[in-house]
Amino acid sequence: MSDIGYVRTEMLPEQEPPVSEVGAIGWVRHNLFSNWFNSLLTVLSLYFIFKVLAGLVPWVISPTWDSGSLAECREILHALGREGHYAGACWGVIHERWIQLIFGFYPEHLYWRPIAAFVLLGVALAPVLFSDKVPSKLLIFSALYPFIFPWLLWGGTIWAPVAALLGFVLGWAAFNAVSKAMSTLLGFIAGALVALIWWLVLSSYFVGAMDSIAAIGIEPVESRKFGGFMLSITIGVVAIACSLPLGIVLALGRQSDLLIVKYICVGFIEFIRGVPLITLLFVASTLLNLFLPPGTNFDIILRVLIMVTLFAAAYMAEVIRGGLAALPRGQYEGADSLGLNYWQSQRLIIMPQALKISIPGIVSTFIGVFKDTTLVSIIGLLDPLGLSNAIRADANWNGIVWELYGFIALLFFAFCFGMSRYSMYLERKLHTGHR
Amino acid sequence: MKKTVFLGAATVAGLAAGVAAAGTADDVKARGKLNCGVTTGLVGFAAPDANGEWKGFDVAVCRAVAAAVLGDANAVEFVPTTGKTRFTALASGEVDMLARNTTWTFSRDVDLKFEFVGVNYYDGQGFMVPKSLGVSSAKELDGATVCIQTGTTTELNLADFFRSNNISYEPVPIETNAEAQQQYLAGACDVYTTDASGLAATRATFENPGDHVLLPEIISKEPLGPLVRHGDNEWGDVVRWTLNALISAEEYGITSANIDEMAAGTDNPEINRILGTEGTLGEMLGLDNQWAMRAIKAGGNFGEIFAQNIGENTPIGLARGLNAQWTDGGLLYSPPFR
Repeated sequence: MSDIGYVRTEMLPEQEPPVSEVGAIGWVRHNLFSNWFNSLLTVLSLYFIFKVLAGLVPWVISPTWDSGSLAECREILHALGREGHYAGACWGVIHERWIQLIFGFYPEHLYWRPIAAFVLLGVALAPVLFSDKVPSKLLIFSALYPFIFPWLLWGGTIWAPVAALLGFVLGWAAFNAVSKAMSTLLGFIAGALVALIWWLVLSSYFVGAMDSIAAIGIEPVESRKFGGFMLSITIGVVAIACSLPLGIVLALGRQSDLLIVKYICVGFIEFIRGVPLITLLFVASTLLNLFLPPGTNFDIILRVLIMVTLFAAAYMAEVIRGGLAALPRGQYEGADSLGLNYWQSQRLIIMPQALKISIPGIVSTFIGVFKDTTLVSIIGLLDPLGLSNAIRADANWNGIVWELYGFIALLFFAFCFGMSRYSMYLERKLHTGHR
Repeated sequence: MKKTVFLGAATVAGLAAGVAAAGTADDVKARGKLNCGVTTGLVGFAAPDANGEWKGFDVAVCRAVAAAVLGDANAVEFVPTTGKTRFTALASGEVDMLARNTTWTFSRDVDLKFEFVGVNYYDGQGFMVPKSLGVSSAKELDGATVCIQTGTTTELNLADFFRSNNISYEPVPIETNAEAQQQYLAGACDVYTTDASGLAATRATFENPGDHVLLPEIISKEPLGPLVRHGDNEWGDVVRWTLNALISAEEYGITSANIDEMAAGTDNPEINRILGTEGTLGEMLGLDNQWAMRAIKAGGNFGEIFAQNIGENTPIGLARGLNAQWTDGGLLYSPPFR
């Protein structure tokens, strides 16, 4: 039975894979030209991309950075032999106005303050956002930051934020004293009362007294001077920071067994979600003005901040409720069986899981809120979009549209893209099991 | 942190409410700043420059009032208002006066309870068409597509005009002037209609302004002027006579160049009364006698303000037209200072 003609006894040497299957060519073959239909799509797409870029790139590359007006831009382009409505961008407007687009009318010698405020914001956020990479001691700074932030932006006496902080301290002390002596609920009520009395009645005397003893402060800046991206970021940061805790409380309230709490939360959420943000902003800017006594000077930016925060909180509550609903019933029962009380089980078992599930939704809401801040231009605040209109009202720049919108879009994209990338990082980091 | 700011604001509000009972003029003096409502940006009338300094024809009125009342043309807080927020801003006391390109109409004066103190610009709605359309009169625009800003009186004027001339049109609604420019240049509409001053400013930004013509018809009356709240006549008088002082200054040849010379005393008693070297007009207003002199010094007389912001040597290039002095065939006619 040995009539087999040929048996290979040694291995063939390994060969290089065919050029058409590996490297760039292989990738292109597999991904772009795998069959005739995909090849057709690829060719068409390439054609469209080329067309768009061919129109866009020459427009963007335009040596008009130093021009002082639209007419000058046209002269420069004309000298280069480029004619027509879309001959080239007029970047002079960005060159002249980019600082204004970022800081609005904030006094020039105080630019360091918003910059410091936002740099410190990063420091304050670090222990929250990157908890594994920074010492947790920084959390103390994070807790103090809500008092530093408005002081840096609006300025004024240092005793105002100190007084605000003292309110919390006093409230906490009262809560501790009463809850030890009597029940937690009474302690809570006492703490809130003490804090409110301090803020409403006593703090102004305290600020006045301390100011006359030691007038420490920085130059105050009125809200009217806020504008541009600084305004957008301020509104965005405050709304984001306040809406998350508020949203958690509302979501818990909506699921609460306490009837009144439940219906207040449901009513609030449904009302706010049923009304467009623009309506709320109009209420803030015009209706409130008419209701308050004449001559009342209730800061417009503060009104907007409150409205945007409430609006974001209602959406946030529903996003978090989604996370709560996704938790299996067993988690709640497990917490109960361990003998944890309501707040302990929320803090240790429910919320960490529910929030993790809701991260994409939460970040979407954040991004949405940040972009919604541009709506304030409708009530006469000069955010980037409002400023673009004001800049166009300068006779030198009247008629410029795309350059301004492009610049604004680019900055917004940078912020929103950053937020979305962070949320993906967070999801990966917290991806501890399941699936 | 928000709470304290809120409470601070509420406290201030309580204090301010007590003060508000006094007249606006006293409020302004006590505050040391004039809150003046302007547009969020309109070419030639109000716009912030690169340093955040507001400039323009309406802005100059604010500065003149501030100079008259407070002695400092820069003691003005400019409050940008939109077409929708302007009236509540004034009614609620957020601003002391509005110099915001606002048409003086019956209902605004009577129903909304405002007081128009005068007219600083006589405008009217016009039409702009490309020259290539070969149209020389708005009556030939039968069947044209018209770019028009929604929610303004221009929309109503347009409908009235076309109906009374028994011709038809197709509206292309747009929101802002910038959008209108783009749509019009892209050929989305044959005609762009808005206030004639706006049309001139828009045309000036075109690459080839000569390719577009403004039609001779002006189909509406748009007297634009500063306004204040009803019921505070002393303050209304201050704003009215500041505006009149600017107009009279042009009529009598008082300019920012020769005002110091004239303030030494002239042969013309009217000039002397305006500049406070004769009579006690300022005291009657509750101001000092140099009030008008400061107002005129702030930006020059009416003619100088016009020439500087919207006149023929600016990119906007508006002719005086109706806005010339009555002695030159225009409508500007200030009551006498006596």
